[in-house]
Amino acid sequence: MDYKSLGLKVGLEIHFQLDTEKKLFCDCPTEFGREKYRFIRELHPSLSELGEIDPAVEFEWKRGRKYEYIFAENDCLVEADEEPPKELNREALLISLAVAKALNMKFPDEIYVMRKIVIDGSNVSGFQRTALIAKDGYIEVNGKRIGIQTLCLEEDAARKVEERENLVVYNLDRLGVPLIEIATAPDIEDPREAEIVAKRIGTLVLLTGKCKRVLGAIRQDVNVSIKGGAKTEIKGVQYLSLIPKVVEYEVLRQLRLLEIRDELRKRGLKKEDLDGNIYDLTEILKNTKSKIIKNSLEKGGKVLGIRLKGFKGLIGKEVQPGRRFGTELSDYAKLYGVGGIFHSDELPAYGITQEEVKKVYEFLGLDENKDAFILVADLEEKARNALRSVLNRIKIAFDGIPEETRAANPDGTTRFMRPRPGASRMYPETDIQPIRVTGELLKESEKYVPEPFEVKFERFVKEYGLSKDLAKEMIEDIRLSLFEELVKKYRNVEPKVIASILINDLRYLRREGYEVDRISDGSLDELIGLLDKGVIAKDSVNDILIELSENPEKGVLEIVKEKNLFKLSREEVYKIVLEVFEKFYDRISEKRDKAINIIMSEVKKVVGNRYGSRELYNIIYEILKEKGFIT
Amino acid sequence: MSIYDKLRERGIEIGDRVRVLRDNEEIYGVLMPRYSIYEGENLLVIKLDNGYNVGIEVDENTKIDLVSKRERIVFKEEKVLFDKSKPKVSVLSTGGTIASRVDYKTGAVYPSLRTEDLIKMIPEIEGLVYLDAKQIMSKFSEDMKKSDWSLIAREVYRSMKDSYGVIVLHGTDTMSDSASALAFSIRNKSVPIIFVGSQRSSDRPSTDSYFNIKASIITALKAPFAESVVVMHGETSDSYALVHRGVKVRKMHTSRRDAFQTINDYPIAKVLVDRMELEIIGRIIRYRSNEEPVLMDKFEEKVALVKFYPGFDEGILDYFLEKKYKGIVIEGTGLGHVSNDLIPKIKELIDSGTIVTMTSQCLFGRIDMKVYSTGRLLLKAGVLPSEDMLPETAYVKLSWLLGNFKDLEEVKRLYLENLEGEINERLSLDMYPKWITNH
Repeated sequence: MDYKSLGLKVGLEIHFQLDTEKKLFCDCPTEFGREKYRFIRELHPSLSELGEIDPAVEFEWKRGRKYEYIFAENDCLVEADEEPPKELNREALLISLAVAKALNMKFPDEIYVMRKIVIDGSNVSGFQRTALIAKDGYIEVNGKRIGIQTLCLEEDAARKVEERENLVVYNLDRLGVPLIEIATAPDIEDPREAEIVAKRIGTLVLLTGKCKRVLGAIRQDVNVSIKGGAKTEIKGVQYLSLIPKVVEYEVLRQLRLLEIRDELRKRGLKKEDLDGNIYDLTEILKNTKSKIIKNSLEKGGKVLGIRLKGFKGLIGKEVQPGRRFGTELSDYAKLYGVGGIFHSDELPAYGITQEEVKKVYEFLGLDENKDAFILVADLEEKARNALRSVLNRIKIAFDGIPEETRAANPDGTTRFMRPRPGASRMYPETDIQPIRVTGELLKESEKYVPEPFEVKFERFVKEYGLSKDLAKEMIEDIRLSLFEELVKKYRNVEPKVIASILINDLRYLRREGYEVDRISDGSLDELIGLLDKGVIAKDSVNDILIELSENPEKGVLEIVKEKNLFKLSREEVYKIVLEVFEKFYDRISEKRDKAINIIMSEVKKVVGNRYGSRELYNIIYEILKEKGFIT
Repeated sequence: MSIYDKLRERGIEIGDRVRVLRDNEEIYGVLMPRYSIYEGENLLVIKLDNGYNVGIEVDENTKIDLVSKRERIVFKEEKVLFDKSKPKVSVLSTGGTIASRVDYKTGAVYPSLRTEDLIKMIPEIEGLVYLDAKQIMSKFSEDMKKSDWSLIAREVYRSMKDSYGVIVLHGTDTMSDSASALAFSIRNKSVPIIFVGSQRSSDRPSTDSYFNIKASIITALKAPFAESVVVMHGETSDSYALVHRGVKVRKMHTSRRDAFQTINDYPIAKVLVDRMELEIIGRIIRYRSNEEPVLMDKFEEKVALVKFYPGFDEGILDYFLEKKYKGIVIEGTGLGHVSNDLIPKIKELIDSGTIVTMTSQCLFGRIDMKVYSTGRLLLKAGVLPSEDMLPETAYVKLSWLLGNFKDLEEVKRLYLENLEGEINERLSLDMYPKWITNH
């Protein structure tokens, strides 16, 4: 696809959880604790001076949901919104000033903490506290300057753990963990470039050594627009490698939606002619075999429908791989608690027969060859709200693409989350005094300014003996600071061995389908420690990692015991080699040139991974030489 | 002259859009007020287009220009039809931010008590009640004086006649003092008087004000009792509210939603806010009636509440002697004690005609001055024991008695009498917090 001529513009918002001792606005630790207590709250929109309510906020409020909060061991009254916040955490402030400096940004003279209204329950207060630390910087990527618009320091939101119809459950263990948000200008013009820029920014923050290293510590939001399209904000892209796909699919979606608009115009259809009525089809479908409909009728529900004159084929049009325009409409319906929609372009299916489809067409006075319909089966009020929401979305299709906040699916497609918020609803957090940016403060932040890539690279290659490729990968990896810690801690293991485990072994296992991201830093630390003390051989690392990926809560030593992976002594191995030599003397004598291989494979059968292959080779070589097999 | 004053002279005011130019940096945004407690004459606060505020230091090389004047706020007036056939509930506001709006342009939060807003935010009450809202003063509760109690009493008395209940919106710091004052100053109450406040201002989505106001409206409509009460969150969850007797309640936490706790008694009722129901869980002293309420709105100014502590300087009592105070409530230790060397001075006060009473800083439990010799000596000196009365309630009660009754013997007699449930003759084992099971 020619993205330049499509006028593709991509901006990134990357969030990094900081590994500070305390949370951003209280003295709670940032390490997650266990559940202590639960409580339930509701949120209200606040009235602006005009008596207005923001559309995104009103949308959430009208859903009438309650929020259950899990108060964890690392929470206090501040997270529960039962006490005013304390001062902005200084460690987090210094780290963010340092990162801003590395991104060539400009600082204000005074930093103000703001309240950004968010009422999906993810913040107990109903707002997220956030401060603009710096603005107007840039980063050079492959000779091109990508603008950095803002760097903000904000509190992380609570973790959603469960979503029921009228209740959303959040864990407060994450609420208040400091988060740096870096927003680029929409200077990115190609899906691949978006990934490269994200990676470069990520490396820069990781180099401070102050970024959290757990899964989900780095989160990317992607803003995408094309000429004639709309600005779409896509939240929660978990992996860097998914970014290009998300961008490609979003461009595709916008192009397809524009095609739908053009087709509607070509067919001479008008928004004003859309039938806004909702029809009751319960009677017609009361004897259906469709399980979904039968279940909701048993609960006292109804089957309601809308008429879409001239829409035949459009609802079934694919907008992203595996997602049709009907799926988009279904997202809008689901927000009102219904399971989904049925549309005529996919019927007969789901137990609804051809005959029933025909009856619905007849009842609605529609032409099977030209028109379409949508059905929802649920309690009447829910079904009605869902269809109203679908109708509103269809109306927008006549004009093009709605401005939406969408969520990324694991395959790179996206689903509708909520309308994009109006002009930012921000007002000052008056409980916190503004912070003066002084020369002293900036000087203090210098200790966190990351070591430049080139300097670190040079050191890894020269001092640590890493290959150039491995050094580069290690620096760009999320476990960079773990690597540096381990190298200092365990002197008996060569740095390149540690790097190779963290990079190559984990990558290999991930490709094989093991969930290696579940392995904690603590386990990796213990593993290298056992190597350091000679308790295990390098060769059994893979077996241990596999077991850890399946049972991350297990101790490494426990696994070593269970699987009997204790490294054998030289003496033991020497004895085994001698035994093998005696046993297979005839074969070895026959094939002298293959002697080493024969002994090797036989010894391995006994020793397994409990002894290093290279050391084993040396022993065999020594014995063969002694016996005169090798000169 | 501050930088803001200088700009005002040039016709640039808060809310206007400006351009700030300094060492090749150009900043556009809206001029905002500073709220820092620190001096900073040369700092400007600008709200950037992305919504963030930043502070910018201004020197002789900084250029500030007006881009455009602030838009005038035009209130969108919405017509709410009042159904006067529905039960009328009066809502009297004394100030505080229980009902307020946010100016997102400047970040200012200002009180705004409009029935329309209440109905918009609590749609469930529409059609149930005819709300008659009125602002009677605008004060932080820490600024309340005894004269304000009198004013509130007169306004409530006036509204009581044709209302099903009177709701008083009040700051939380001294809300229980005002609720006590109303308990005593309106006799023969015919309908409930409900004090309600908020611990989280209503500019926040997590505000407790709508929950509490809704609970107070339910109380006004459904309560069988006619007492002065405080209605606030029952626990940290938005689940139920509690109705506390004004003379028995105290703010026991600086910031929590459920800061108000009944001491030495059970709350009168529980309000199940979602179900719009009220469940009686304690005792009722006075039921609704058709009796004519009587207003007795005087409070004696020369009454003090004095807390005793180790090292207390007896010269403090000399002040009250000199100023001819008519009543002193002592917040003593334990069962009702002060150090023995203060007893002669207290005797001197009593002999000069001052009424001195004893409460306990333990708050929980009853005064008993007959157990130890110190107590017996204080009793002998003429100190009145206050049973299990809260110190603040005793202070309000003595101020009210001295304000409305001339005969000191009558005052003493009434002080020891249980007038509004301020004394609980029977304390139960569960009228005490247990940290292990409570949160």
